[in-house]
Amino acid sequence: MKFLVICRRELHSYFGSFIAYILLAMFLLLSGYFFYSDLIFFVLFGGFTLATGLWQFLFIDMRLVALLVLPLVTMRLLAEEKKLGTMELLWTYPVRDGEIVLGKFLAAWLFYVAMLLPTAVGPLAFYFYYPFDVAPVLAGYLGLLLIGSAFIACGLFVSSLTENQVVSAMVTYGILVLFWFLTWNEEAAAHEVMQILLGVSLFDRFFNFTRGVIDTKDVAFFVMFVTFFLFLTWQSLATRTWRGVR
Amino acid sequence: MIVAEKLTKRFGLFTAIEDVSFEVAAGEIVGFLGPNGAGKTTTMRIVAGVFPPSEGHVTVAGYDVVADSLRARAAVGYFPERVSVYLDMTVEQYLTYVGEMKGLARAAARRQAGEAMASCSLELVSSRLIGTLSKGFRQRVGIAQALTGSPRVLILDEPTAGLDPEQVADMRALIRSLQHQRTVILSTHILSEVEATCDRVIIIHRGRVLALDTPANLNRRLRPTSQVHIEVRGPAVEVTRALRAVPGVVAVEPCDGADGALAFIVSSVPDGDPREALAGTIAKHGWGLRELRPETLTLEQIFLSLVGTEPVAAETSDEIPGHLSA
Repeated sequence: MKFLVICRRELHSYFGSFIAYILLAMFLLLSGYFFYSDLIFFVLFGGFTLATGLWQFLFIDMRLVALLVLPLVTMRLLAEEKKLGTMELLWTYPVRDGEIVLGKFLAAWLFYVAMLLPTAVGPLAFYFYYPFDVAPVLAGYLGLLLIGSAFIACGLFVSSLTENQVVSAMVTYGILVLFWFLTWNEEAAAHEVMQILLGVSLFDRFFNFTRGVIDTKDVAFFVMFVTFFLFLTWQSLATRTWRGVR
Repeated sequence: MIVAEKLTKRFGLFTAIEDVSFEVAAGEIVGFLGPNGAGKTTTMRIVAGVFPPSEGHVTVAGYDVVADSLRARAAVGYFPERVSVYLDMTVEQYLTYVGEMKGLARAAARRQAGEAMASCSLELVSSRLIGTLSKGFRQRVGIAQALTGSPRVLILDEPTAGLDPEQVADMRALIRSLQHQRTVILSTHILSEVEATCDRVIIIHRGRVLALDTPANLNRRLRPTSQVHIEVRGPAVEVTRALRAVPGVVAVEPCDGADGALAFIVSSVPDGDPREALAGTIAKHGWGLRELRPETLTLEQIFLSLVGTEPVAAETSDEIPGHLSA
């Protein structure tokens, strides 16, 4: 259960620094603003269904906020330990590399949940005035949780490659945005290639959730994506065997 | 307690250490002595379980560092060369965390943190953030971190580097106090530190073990004669003759003196200290004694003398490409 000790220390680090509160505040400000403007849009031009008229826009917008904020949450996870030199000490403790990876991931994930929870205030207040079917909203939040986990796993991996936090965040943005635009050149790509690209595009996988549809294939995709990047992180930690420790 | 057999570590084409073998008995304090880049840190990292060796085996407390890594690591407390601690935790929080990482339950970890703080005189700063502490205190936190969990083996990589003289003395006293309770490996490039703290010395140079002995034996081996530097104001010929006549003196070599004084390197028989006799002779003749001090071997000289007698010397000539074309 050492990963829980690592996770707790990591959370201590998050909530002990003002950067965490700024990230939290920015996340809430942006997602609050999007909820407000999407609601206005729905009221003015919305059509008949909340699912396609409001929630879909809201979750697509919140996905963007998560994309902006999460690489800043994950950038320090391993890069800072390397920079401080505490990584070397961590390796002398009786703890498996896998537990280190898991503890770090869990801490960033819990931090993300802590950012996500207060955003429910908007829909809750809306429900008070205009009771609606909550299922699509829950599906959307599940989608946000899953795509956020994917961002975090990817960011954790990149953070294991460098000791520079800016590099860590920037490369994470690069990878994630590339996954986003992967399916944009539909005209140029051959049909078969397009099918594969659609299959691995994070944002196309997310799309169903925004409409209130939970497809197990999409869930499985995100779980695999997370597992894959956690595995890469684990492998990356093992490279000290031949790369050495600075 | 520690058995290292033929350790070799390569990073790509670079060979950090080669064929390093040594044993450390329980309760012993052993010093790794060597210049920067000699392979001390690489060796210690292998023993501490940071990374496995490319070839060879190490066991710590009977556990193989690679095959039984977790149990071997549980027996080791490590103090890295770069003092690396989380700056955003208080001393007490940090040491409790370390205890938990080493497998203690929270309550036990708290208790151990208290004990570690007591033995490193950290009680007064226990609730301060580590980031606000001075280097000396951070170094002590690093040592306390190694002591937490009462590991049987301590591996300390340059524990006195960057400390002021008083803190160095404290640190050495602390290490000495661990003798017989813990097995300690420490590294340093300061010769006197080894003499002050260690039971045995492993001299390592360019990734190879050059010598493995007690400090006293090494001294005897490396210093066939003892030498004294002396500066005298007086007539050159008579002074030289008088110094040669002092009992125990083997040779008197002139060297550069300041302000017109004569300077000599006086060699005497091993274990003999001719300083008082020399001073007495000079006083008796009424000459002016300007300076009288023992010549100590620097680490540099020790390496030169060791490298000169070991086969390693042959290797260095291969590195000079010029001699082929000449």
